[in-house]
Amino acid sequence: MSAAVTQMRTASILPMLRKQTWAEFIKLFRVPAFSTTSIVLPAMFYAFIGLGQAKQPLFTGSHVTFGEYFLASMALYGVANVMVLGFGISLANERGQKQDLLMQSTPLPAYVFFVAKALSALAIAVLALVALFALAAGAGGVDLSSTQWLALTYRALLCSIPFIGLGFALGYLAGPNSAPAVTNLIYLPTAFASGLFFPLHLLPQFLQNLAPYLPLYRGAQLVWDAVGAPTEGGSLMTDWLYMAGFTVAFFALALWAYRRDQGRKFN
Amino acid sequence: MVELQNVSKRFGEVQALDNISLAIDTGEVVAMLGPNGAGKTTSISIMLGTRRPTSGTARLFGLDPRDLKARARIGVMLQESGVPGMLKVAEIVSLFASYYPQPLKTEEAIEIAGLREKSSSLVKDLSGGQRQRLYLALAVCGNPDVLFLDEPTVGMDVEGRRKFLQEVGEFAGRGRTVVLTTHYLEEADQLAKRVIVVDRGHVIADASPASIKARVAGKRVAFTPARPMTTADLDGLPLLSSQVNDGQVRLLTNEPEAVLRELFRRGVDMQSLEVSGADLEEAFVAMTHHEDGP
Repeated sequence: MSAAVTQMRTASILPMLRKQTWAEFIKLFRVPAFSTTSIVLPAMFYAFIGLGQAKQPLFTGSHVTFGEYFLASMALYGVANVMVLGFGISLANERGQKQDLLMQSTPLPAYVFFVAKALSALAIAVLALVALFALAAGAGGVDLSSTQWLALTYRALLCSIPFIGLGFALGYLAGPNSAPAVTNLIYLPTAFASGLFFPLHLLPQFLQNLAPYLPLYRGAQLVWDAVGAPTEGGSLMTDWLYMAGFTVAFFALALWAYRRDQGRKFN
Repeated sequence: MVELQNVSKRFGEVQALDNISLAIDTGEVVAMLGPNGAGKTTSISIMLGTRRPTSGTARLFGLDPRDLKARARIGVMLQESGVPGMLKVAEIVSLFASYYPQPLKTEEAIEIAGLREKSSSLVKDLSGGQRQRLYLALAVCGNPDVLFLDEPTVGMDVEGRRKFLQEVGEFAGRGRTVVLTTHYLEEADQLAKRVIVVDRGHVIADASPASIKARVAGKRVAFTPARPMTTADLDGLPLLSSQVNDGQVRLLTNEPEAVLRELFRRGVDMQSLEVSGADLEEAFVAMTHHEDGP
């Protein structure tokens, strides 16, 4: 075909998005360090901490078992973990290898690239939930109603959205070598401080005061409520609003970090 | 098709490009030549729209180069860009092909780049030369009208480079426009019909390889001295340029007879003496050398 007949048009977005999402998914999935920590780690924590006392009531007289309560905690921990690590570390690595240089000169719109990354991370998050749910139901004897399973799933996934923004921001702010350390330093302590591993009242007072301002704390109330476990108090609507606020704030931070990086590299 | 108009680019204190204007037409195969830091990569980046000029304008197909409609018609190989290591060759070529409205078949792009045996290997397992071929496959997979190659054969061995250039030449033969930067000058000679010599942000020559060679009337004198020589041994000779390395002496001069007479008079014992017309590389060295002069 001669060059002259080529029309001025771009490729259709949907096939591009489909291929990009699949590529982002297998890129993540084929890195064992990422796929095992993302998919297996929440289930492993559940096996170590949750299984031994899965059948016991959460507290004397509670109809909710520790197994159900801790399942909700690990579901949230797991999905947010995928977002923060999946974006933070993979984006920082890709920048370190200058993969963005070549992508910049292709006709792939930047938003397709980011949406594909988000969708692929959501897929990994779903796999992490499946592994965790199978373990909790199979070995832990957790027996939730189908409404509860569904509520836990969609609430955990919705609560992972602000962490997509946080992961993006970290991916553009941290260098490839420091990204794993920085993300773990931020993520793991906030998971503890939000009461995902130990009940809040066992934590030092200053952490108890800080906790309500952490996104994982707000998310925790929503997933605990999904399995019928008591929350730390306050209305669920407040928790949803906090999550919406964190989403806006983290995405704004990500956009700022992205623009800063682009300005440095491409101006 | 590709147009720079009075383009200047400043990075802080450094004037990378100083008022460059050039136009490249459909079907041209153009080499941009210049020493490191001359402004070749900056020129290409501005043509592609990955960098913005400080002043002046760049146009691709008459559009802003950042317009995705323009990007959809180009293919690019960049220096030091990375690709995801955990994708297979066929997967990433097929992915990149999906970015373009009228792509080549994945197998065809892989075939053009000579990577068929490696199409199911992970990208991270490719050698340096194979990786450059992958970049070529990614550059051609969109069936582009214009191919931009920024120092495409860096890290390839001689044989690999020859085959690579042959493949690019075949692709160019389909009526495509190719813009290539290089400091391997035989690449320009082998592939391009037009050579743009860039030095310190200026275009210092824009002509055919033959006419650039003709600008330097000098002859090349090359020999292996019996005893090691230093540049000090060449003091006072009428030379345009000189290189002494690995026991090889290469001189460029307008007066080869006088140079040889003086060397013999100084008692230099030489083996494998060769006197020949300057090739493009020496023409180029001589041209940028003049620019460096006081």
